[in-house]
Amino acid sequence: MTTPFYVSPQQAMADRAEYARKGIARGRSVVVLQYTDGIVFVAENPSRALHKVSEIYDRIAFAAVGKYNEFENLRIGGVRYADLRGYTYDREDVTARGLANVYAQTLGTIFSSAAEKPYEVELIVAEVGEGPEDDQIYRLPHDGSIVDEHGSVAVGGNADQISSYLDQRHRDGMTLAEALKLAVDSLSRDNNGGERSLTAEHLEVAVLDRTRPQKRKFKRVLGGQLSRLMEPGEGGADAEASPESPEEPSSDSED
Amino acid sequence: MEANTRSTGRLPAAFLTPGSSSFMDFLGDHSPELLPGNRPLPPVQGAVEAPHGTTIVAVTFSGGVVLAGDRRATMGNVIAQRDIEKVFPADEFSAVGIAGTAGIAVEMVKLFQLELEHFEKVEGTVLSLEGKANRLSTMIRGNLGMAMQGLAVVPLFAGWDVDREKGRIFSYDVTGGRSEERGFAATGSGSMFARGALKKLYREDSTEEQAATAVLQALYDAADDDSATGGPDLARRIYPIITSLTEDGFKRFSEDEVSELARAIHERRLEEPDGPRAALL
Repeated sequence: MTTPFYVSPQQAMADRAEYARKGIARGRSVVVLQYTDGIVFVAENPSRALHKVSEIYDRIAFAAVGKYNEFENLRIGGVRYADLRGYTYDREDVTARGLANVYAQTLGTIFSSAAEKPYEVELIVAEVGEGPEDDQIYRLPHDGSIVDEHGSVAVGGNADQISSYLDQRHRDGMTLAEALKLAVDSLSRDNNGGERSLTAEHLEVAVLDRTRPQKRKFKRVLGGQLSRLMEPGEGGADAEASPESPEEPSSDSED
Repeated sequence: MEANTRSTGRLPAAFLTPGSSSFMDFLGDHSPELLPGNRPLPPVQGAVEAPHGTTIVAVTFSGGVVLAGDRRATMGNVIAQRDIEKVFPADEFSAVGIAGTAGIAVEMVKLFQLELEHFEKVEGTVLSLEGKANRLSTMIRGNLGMAMQGLAVVPLFAGWDVDREKGRIFSYDVTGGRSEERGFAATGSGSMFARGALKKLYREDSTEEQAATAVLQALYDAADDDSATGGPDLARRIYPIITSLTEDGFKRFSEDEVSELARAIHERRLEEPDGPRAALL
């Protein structure tokens, strides 16, 4: 009969955290920034099919880095949670705070349960409010904690460096084009100080736009509209003037 | 493990089970008591008295389809509500109009809207128009038990088919039987009269405004002969709800637009009470 090695609880948790952090750090980053009309999500993601940024509910969106199957699972759980809550009570009763709490409980339980492998994911749940001061952004690390963020936030590999870059440059009242440019600049920086050039094809961009007339404020910024916004010097003025571009997928319903 | 998942407040297993993109399937799995069809009715003698919505009409036109409904709900011989809304957007490119027991119908529409939205969010793509029509069919079939106790819901579903690039209309019976209608359709107590009117007024190549006029004429005729259908209420400014579905998506006619059309029809009817005359041959 073999006797198991004794591992101290501190060591066990540190090992699990290390495991999750390494998994997360392997992936590309996602940045989320507040701008004057809402919240913009920018992810480096060459895939058009596997999304890192998604709609959860009318005013709530979700962004994640790490292991795809794990955060996809959590995303669908979140959509089900939000839709069930909205169906049982009212659409207004679905809040990012409630959703973030449920995610934190879920991640926390999995992280501390010895029977399960910790999820290698880091999530962002954001809700756009009536004005910039009502916006809410929550960051949810792998261990089940919640961090209330303001202005800008980055998750994924190289997140620390990107965060500090964003913190220094982000200011309130940026336009969408300015915020997008800052996000792309921050994502373009290598961890050893070099620069890569990121084009529209490498990016997944979505916004929660409080000025949208529809109930559902989430919108992907795609194709021509994204290229126009990213054009240097243009400031994306014409692209912003027409938020309802024909590239938009059929993802709205009015009520 | 089960006890553990309950006490910590984490998402229950049903939320994280992959596979289904259907909100109704999820509801059936996780909280079946919330599904409208799963609530057994207590045994009752005779029919249950509840407000009923009445007439819904739909007409295709060259660039899409128009779906409209009157504003009356009746309970027996009483007008239960004068300004009920019975036409709803289902998603960006489809709408549903309901006739039958109002309370159940409104709940059904709410669940149907959510079903389409849920699929869209989970899958990242929208259902085909046929797929949407079939989902609605399933929901009506689920209500059959209540329908047999007098609480029937019979909707009309219209949408812009993005793939075929045309407006389409689907009608239903109480068992969920679904059939596609060509050109025009009507459901509800005034539907016989409305359909008769549309038969004479329908033109394949009409414009959106002509189609809107046709449905208003049809509703006028339905209100003329069916006491449960409400005509345009000029005194209270309550007009039928007219919606259209085109390649630009769902649009609801503004009150001003409908009021203008309704008043024009009313003016003509002061001279010809039976409405426009069709050629004999």
